Amino acid sequence: MIVRKPLPRWADLILVPFLNLTLAFLISGLVVLIIGENPIEAVKILLFGAFGYGEGLGYTLHFATNFIFAGLAFSIASHAGQFNIGAEGQAYVAGLGAILVALALDQTHWLLVMPLAMIASAAIGGFWGFVPGYLAAKRGSHVVITTIMFNFIASAFMVYMLNRVLKQSDNMAPESATVVNAGRMPQLREWWDYFGYSPLNVMFFVAVAALIAAYILLWRTELGYKIRTMGQNPSAAHYAGISNSAIVMIAMTISGAVAGMIALNEVLGVQNRLVLDFVFGYGFVGIAVGLMGRNHPIGIALAALLFGALYQGGQELAFMMPAVTREMILVIQALVILFTGAMEGLFRRPLEMMFGMLEFSKSEKSDDAPASSKS
Amino acid sequence: MTDKSQANEQRSSGTAVSQNAAPQLAIELAGINKHFGPVHANKDIDLKVTRGTVHGIVGENGAGKTTLMSILYGFYTAETGRIFVDGKEVTIKDSSHALELGIGMVHQHFMLVDNFTVLENVILGAEDDALLQPSLDKARKVLAQLARDYELEVDPDALIEDLSVGGQQRVEILKALYRGAEILILDEPTGVLTPSEADHLFKVLETLRKQGKTILLITHKLREIMAITDDVSVMRQGAMVKTLETKNTDPAELAELMVGRRVLLRVDKGPSNPGDVKLEVRDLVVKDDMDITRVKGINFEVRAGEIVGIAGVSGNGQSDMLEAITGMRKADSGQLIVKGKEVVIKGDDGAAKLRDMSVAHVPEDRQELGLVVTFEQWENAILGYQDDDKYGKGAFLSIPAAREEANRHIEKYDIRPANNRLKAANFSGGNQQKIVLAREMSRNPDVLVVGQPTRGVDIGAIEFIHNQIVAMRDAGKAVLLVSVELDEIRSLADRILVMFDGHIVGEADPATATEAELGLLMAGVSADNAPESDKREANNKESAK
Repeated sequence: MIVRKPLPRWADLILVPFLNLTLAFLISGLVVLIIGENPIEAVKILLFGAFGYGEGLGYTLHFATNFIFAGLAFSIASHAGQFNIGAEGQAYVAGLGAILVALALDQTHWLLVMPLAMIASAAIGGFWGFVPGYLAAKRGSHVVITTIMFNFIASAFMVYMLNRVLKQSDNMAPESATVVNAGRMPQLREWWDYFGYSPLNVMFFVAVAALIAAYILLWRTELGYKIRTMGQNPSAAHYAGISNSAIVMIAMTISGAVAGMIALNEVLGVQNRLVLDFVFGYGFVGIAVGLMGRNHPIGIALAALLFGALYQGGQELAFMMPAVTREMILVIQALVILFTGAMEGLFRRPLEMMFGMLEFSKSEKSDDAPASSKS
Repeated sequence: MTDKSQANEQRSSGTAVSQNAAPQLAIELAGINKHFGPVHANKDIDLKVTRGTVHGIVGENGAGKTTLMSILYGFYTAETGRIFVDGKEVTIKDSSHALELGIGMVHQHFMLVDNFTVLENVILGAEDDALLQPSLDKARKVLAQLARDYELEVDPDALIEDLSVGGQQRVEILKALYRGAEILILDEPTGVLTPSEADHLFKVLETLRKQGKTILLITHKLREIMAITDDVSVMRQGAMVKTLETKNTDPAELAELMVGRRVLLRVDKGPSNPGDVKLEVRDLVVKDDMDITRVKGINFEVRAGEIVGIAGVSGNGQSDMLEAITGMRKADSGQLIVKGKEVVIKGDDGAAKLRDMSVAHVPEDRQELGLVVTFEQWENAILGYQDDDKYGKGAFLSIPAAREEANRHIEKYDIRPANNRLKAANFSGGNQQKIVLAREMSRNPDVLVVGQPTRGVDIGAIEFIHNQIVAMRDAGKAVLLVSVELDEIRSLADRILVMFDGHIVGEADPATATEAELGLLMAGVSADNAPESDKREANNKESAK
């Protein structure tokens, strides 16, 4: 007797990701075992590296900040039914806004630079999301295709900007001038030495605020209602008088603007100048974060923390266990992405059947009871 | 006494009165049980079908008819119970096994390849050989024979997409017969047919019965049961309630058995009292997404306090007309006038504009348009009205206000289960429809546009929905009703307009028009051939002017 049943919420939100993660780590453990290292020891190093001391935690949270923005960017578009995989490019071009504002206002105060740089990054990142949104809404182009293409355009465009426009004459490297003063995002270590030399900065709080803002936007405003209606059933949205084309464009713009926040965290928080490829794949990992977090801010926060820990702990592991190379760490990260993102449905089916069975045996009992009392 | 023992008693009396001295059973089911999760879809079902009869199975949606037939056809396996075909016990593994046993099924939604010819469809899955030609040649001969035997004429070389719906259904039947079916299961076969096509189908079934085939007819239309079946089995909530001989029963009794209480099959309504024109359509032309003209210049008006019914076979432009009237689709030309003001649709949010003008819309397809099935009921209770300040000032959405509204809907429209946190997908068809109706009607609109209000809705809920629509009329609202159910149009509407191929081909008075007249109009037979309705149409036009 095979019955499938939609999973209860807790299983959907906790059990499924947990099982996927466990499997990813088991296989990663096997990989570590094959190369002749002790997997238990590796896990210890990884966990200690990510959470065990201030500097490690600082790095973990710094990476998590990027993943929160990238994950939210993916999810907001996803709620409107748009598969935005262009966060990478949107964050990349947004770096222009961040650095130009920071360079111009380097001699003022960070409290002035930060909001203006955020607005500039959001505007440019948002524009980079808006164009694919416009093409999807008005021309019927598929956002997956256009956002991929826009990643390439962003990449080429930024190489041009860095080499021909922003490069300093006294510097061979294709990078912009360096901000030295107010253009730098305040580092949390300035207030708490606990975080050591980690680049954790105020953008972390912006990320937390963005999580809350996304929740309010999606579930507490008319616009969010329209976005979710559009994502769940475009025909019903049309019936409800919601302009589907407007919603697609708005959602894609918001998505790009949120992705643009990565630029502040990296450009003004770490590098203090615009460099090539500073986004470093965070935008792509954001897809996995969004999927694993089930497009919900709480899930995204947890998934971002996990990936932050993997990034930081992984680097620690590569350092402490020479046999585990950087490439090995990438393999482990890839396995986590594979099992939580791409193969997310792996445990869903068996679990649905299992819950179906449980439910079935329960209903069997309750069915029998009244029947016997009747006769 | 439990339902079961009652049913047993009825069944035995039902078979005892069969005409033949020794009736041979084509199918016997004994003690069939089937669960879907917590739902007990079939409870200890016993069924005996006599060879060479038409056996009807009626029941509300979710009564378990389709599940039972799917078990018989090998889609599902029963958990317990025994199946006998021609007196031999069998375990039906899958549908091809069912076919080997001589059981064929004609599905509600046809399983045909549109751009294949009739012949190609008939042999699809029953090819003898890697080379098609021998099979095609054989099929051609067999089809010719079948056409002679059963009046099932279809051009074997026609493409499926060029056939009428009735023609496609004949192909489905031919497919089953070609595979040697002795027992035919038809699932809601007349849902998509015009009355005349339905009559033709019944003639075919009649012939099949004469030739000794056994037919199981699943339907919710009691009229069809009375017209064609020999025996009828009534199912309710997964249980077999009763099997009766058709000639010894009547629709009222069957309806009562189906619902478990007395139901009114006719709608109680007084005479209409038409007031000002609220909705007017002039020379409306509408194209669909494929740029095909679907509505070809129609004119009508709906006054306050009357129900105007648009009858017609589905696919004759009604859907596109509804979309144009409710702002979902831009009209190609012509005017839409609401309460004296012309409405021009520009962007893709025209539906909001019409809602602002107090035009409420209960769409034809509640799952596709009227609801977001993954949303909870309270979220669906404000769909289309999400910008209203009632549900939160400014840009924000007030969840408590929306939930309160949802609870009012639940209470007033008796939506079950009464839980505003339940996803719309988890409500039954009737309750889903009530969610939509509640939302659209409780706004007290001036104009109510309703498409297929009772499609896939249980008899009990139909009664309720019809009464609500009549109540709207009596409250002085202008109601435009589009339905493919002729009975529904006839019992609700104060005036009937018949739509065919994008035109309004006639107007009729529901009090005097016969079903045959309406059927002819719906089939596109021009008014010249139907002088009676022609006169009436002319009269009505004059009086309208």
